[in-house]
Amino acid sequence: MESPTITASRSVSRRGEKRFHVEISKTGGGEVVAQGLPAWLSTLSAGPASARGPESASPQPPTRAAPNTAQTCRHLHSKVSQALRDGRVSATELCRKCIDQIQRTHYLNAFITITGETAMEQAQRADNRIRTGKPLGPLDGIPFSVKDNFCTENIKTTCASKMLKGYVPPFSATVVQKLLDQGAVLVGKTNLDEFAMGAGSTDGVFGPVRNPWSYTTLYREQSTEDPDSDWAISGGSSGGSAAAVAALSSFLALGSDTGGSTRNPGSLCGVVALKPTYGLLSRHGLIPLVNSMDVPGIMTRSVHDAATVLRILQGRDERDSTTVQAPSTPPSLPEHFDIRDICVGIPKEYHAPGLSTDTLAQWSRVAAMFEQAGARVQEVSLPHTQHSIVCYHVLCCCEVASNMARFDGLEYGHRSTIDSSTDAMYATTRHEGFNNVVRRRILSGNYFLLKSNYERYFVKAQQMRRLITEDLKNVFRSGIDVLLTPTTLSDAARYTDFIQEDNRTRSAQEDVFTQPVNMAGLPAVTVPTALSRRGLPISLQLIGQTLQDWKLLTVAHWMEQQVNFPMIHLHGDSDERKLDRSVRERTHTIGS
Amino acid sequence: VTFDQSNGLLLTKSLLWISCLALNCTINRKSLFDRKHYFYADMPAGYQITQQRVPIAVNGMLVYSHFEGRRRNQVVTKSVKIKQIQLEQDSGKSLHDDEQSQTLIDLNRAGVGLMELVMEPEMCCGEEAAAAVRELQLILQALGTCQANMAEGQLRVDANVSVHRPGEPLGVRTEVKNINSVRHLAKAIDYEIQRQMEVLQSAGKVLNETRAFDSKSGNTIPMRDKEGLQDYRFMPEPNLPPLFVYESKASVPAGVDPAQVVVIDRLSAQLPELPSVKRTRLVETYGILQEHSFTLVNEDGLMDYFENVVQTTKAEPRKVIGWVIKELMGNLNSQNLKVSQSPISPCALAELINLAESGHISSSTAKQVFQEMWKAPEKTVGQIVKEQDLWMINDKEELQKICRRIVDSHPEEVQIIRRGNKKVLNKLMGEVQRETKGRTDPVQVRAILEKMVS
Repeated sequence: MESPTITASRSVSRRGEKRFHVEISKTGGGEVVAQGLPAWLSTLSAGPASARGPESASPQPPTRAAPNTAQTCRHLHSKVSQALRDGRVSATELCRKCIDQIQRTHYLNAFITITGETAMEQAQRADNRIRTGKPLGPLDGIPFSVKDNFCTENIKTTCASKMLKGYVPPFSATVVQKLLDQGAVLVGKTNLDEFAMGAGSTDGVFGPVRNPWSYTTLYREQSTEDPDSDWAISGGSSGGSAAAVAALSSFLALGSDTGGSTRNPGSLCGVVALKPTYGLLSRHGLIPLVNSMDVPGIMTRSVHDAATVLRILQGRDERDSTTVQAPSTPPSLPEHFDIRDICVGIPKEYHAPGLSTDTLAQWSRVAAMFEQAGARVQEVSLPHTQHSIVCYHVLCCCEVASNMARFDGLEYGHRSTIDSSTDAMYATTRHEGFNNVVRRRILSGNYFLLKSNYERYFVKAQQMRRLITEDLKNVFRSGIDVLLTPTTLSDAARYTDFIQEDNRTRSAQEDVFTQPVNMAGLPAVTVPTALSRRGLPISLQLIGQTLQDWKLLTVAHWMEQQVNFPMIHLHGDSDERKLDRSVRERTHTIGS
Repeated sequence: VTFDQSNGLLLTKSLLWISCLALNCTINRKSLFDRKHYFYADMPAGYQITQQRVPIAVNGMLVYSHFEGRRRNQVVTKSVKIKQIQLEQDSGKSLHDDEQSQTLIDLNRAGVGLMELVMEPEMCCGEEAAAAVRELQLILQALGTCQANMAEGQLRVDANVSVHRPGEPLGVRTEVKNINSVRHLAKAIDYEIQRQMEVLQSAGKVLNETRAFDSKSGNTIPMRDKEGLQDYRFMPEPNLPPLFVYESKASVPAGVDPAQVVVIDRLSAQLPELPSVKRTRLVETYGILQEHSFTLVNEDGLMDYFENVVQTTKAEPRKVIGWVIKELMGNLNSQNLKVSQSPISPCALAELINLAESGHISSSTAKQVFQEMWKAPEKTVGQIVKEQDLWMINDKEELQKICRRIVDSHPEEVQIIRRGNKKVLNKLMGEVQRETKGRTDPVQVRAILEKMVS
């Protein structure tokens, strides 16, 4: 069992280990600290300490230049849904290509279940509708995949755990059903960390997910090792969904985001990943991790696509009492939008130890882009952020302990053969069914919830949660529209390096920039901006105000258009030309 | 208390609030939900959603009455405080198959919302508790919350019992479960009181435990060994936001549709006539005995039946009540029927009472006709009277003839009467009644007979 004394993660705390019992400061946090680009951001990125110093002063990528294709892709306006409607491509063709691509990239281990047969039937029906001029909407006939912790009717749902072996849900999660009702074609269920507990997609019963970018020419040329031993993690826990979108085997994918599980792999795999405002999307049918933080996440190849999907998925669901009425949203993101009306906050606490120079350089470059385009850029302070990860772990474990109690082997999933007593059956079922990550969190959570510990852990963490939320509210109240931060400390780690530390340590490092947003329920989106020296994606996160998801995406769309993030080219994919141009299309793939 | 869900969720919701209002509770404007954790096969989520911190309503009061005195007709009115009313999830039902040593679990009700009432320890015997629960059943039925049938689990009662000497604090309590009727509730409590007193008198200790009532033996037996103290690891339920209710339409905040929220004013206006009000009204309007008002209200449909008869007959309500309580209920009870299953309609009974009132049949004949009507509900009162020739003999000459015959055939009795023993006249009257199958007016017959023997 883990030590009951929670210590601050070393990547957050600057003074090393820190007791959990934090003095709660009376002074309000979250004020604007300085106008203009923070000195530390501009100094560091332009100074001699930076490896790519001279480059980063200009708006050009400080790292490797994007391949030429990116430039052309950005200006292509052939949209897949338009192509479908025009009859240039059929839904069945598109579906077959995606399934072929899943099989061609099976080494990524992104999928747990491939639903080829039912997908082709769905695609056939979409074609019939499109042919008769009655498409259901912009997603009709578009292939998508779903993280395997969303219930899907008549399709097994595993949470990458032995515990849910053989479980076939009798219903679909609301968000899945909404996509199906729009005619979107479900091609498969994607891999994850067991019960979404992890930040690498390395801790599931079906094995780790590999980052597609570690199979590009750029990465392989630098590697002296075998492709089977030297590859990067996808990030997690929604690594399968991120890899599926990045490897072009789905146009969109659903992930779940509790502490960063959509944004982290989205960032490491170079796709757009949106964590909407808590309550905007229904959690009904999403197998819970932390009910008070879980949100379904949207992963796409472009911000425009994410906006299209958000518009379809958002809104009240009577099966989820925490959902809210969606604010009215226009049919698409505004084409003309003046970035000079926007005020971008740079939280100084996010300049944390362990932040890679590549990532810092990107942060600096994009902040400068905003400033040069006329946006106001201000340094802000979120003083309680440093305590967020510790509190997040306490609350996460508590809800995990509670939510995992339903897996007792009686109603569904794995059941131990030991049946000497009901209690023995429970105990062995749960021991056999859960991996040690899940078991540890259950044990810790039950410890925190004991009557004698409740005040010291759960209540304290909730108080801190409120202060963290207040910090963010104050910043937005002071006139900030969006916050610009890194999504992760660095680009994706090599698998063999990543597994040197345990799941808890990695989660603490990986979730450091992402989980405060979950604590506060705010929307955030991560957008890939460039490739690192290793040829792996680096992304930045934009954080918006509650229910201002649309405004957030509008700014993200502007940013996406400025950064020139390159197209993926999988190494040795000699049949690249066979992939339809529309399948490879990055920007504006879906849309009306 | 479970809810009758046949009318959909919205109604179920309002039934909850109406129940709180009917029990004189203070409704919390904001209430919260909590999770209570424990591993038990009948709780499939591993926790129960309940209200540990801020329940739906608090500080209620249930007024109930029971009968005392030798003839049990002295009405005593008491009250018990309701500490709180909370909404929580029902569990499944374990069915133990001892032969095959397996447990089957019925999960049909698991997770469904139910209302729990917590009463203060203010009742002092099984009978009081039974009367309080009976009153609660009537209130819930009147509101339409549910039928409150204990045998079917619509209303379940766990009795917490402790004993203490006067002036001392409450003793260690036990919780008695598995009680499936009001009668068993009284029995279980009285048994438990006796058992605890015996334990203490023999210098033993009462354990804080859960016991089950065994209806066959009338005993309570230890139920489950709790393996030390349970830590339920309570935490706020993250999936259910706080529940808000509003005083009036005016207090509903802007942007919230008043039709979609609970407004107390609106619900208060929907409160139906409660049993206690009904009883008072019956006593005042019809001049009947208080104990009869209890019978009328306790039996489902009996009050309506009674009021129906009263409206269609000229007879005094005090006479009608006798018919309803003695004849009707007597027959219904002996055949285990409900009021709605009575073969005699209120109309038919009113007709019968009218015939007796107007002297067309004697009151003893009327009772006879009642039994005939019960057996042959398809026949009218008139048909039965005619077929069996039961009309009253009002012809003076005929009566004289019959009386003469009886006097003549009983010379000995006549002699005794003439010697001064007037009591024997009753025997002659009885003979006349037998001869005429009760179709005579006793007052008339007595007058004639007295004349004849004097």
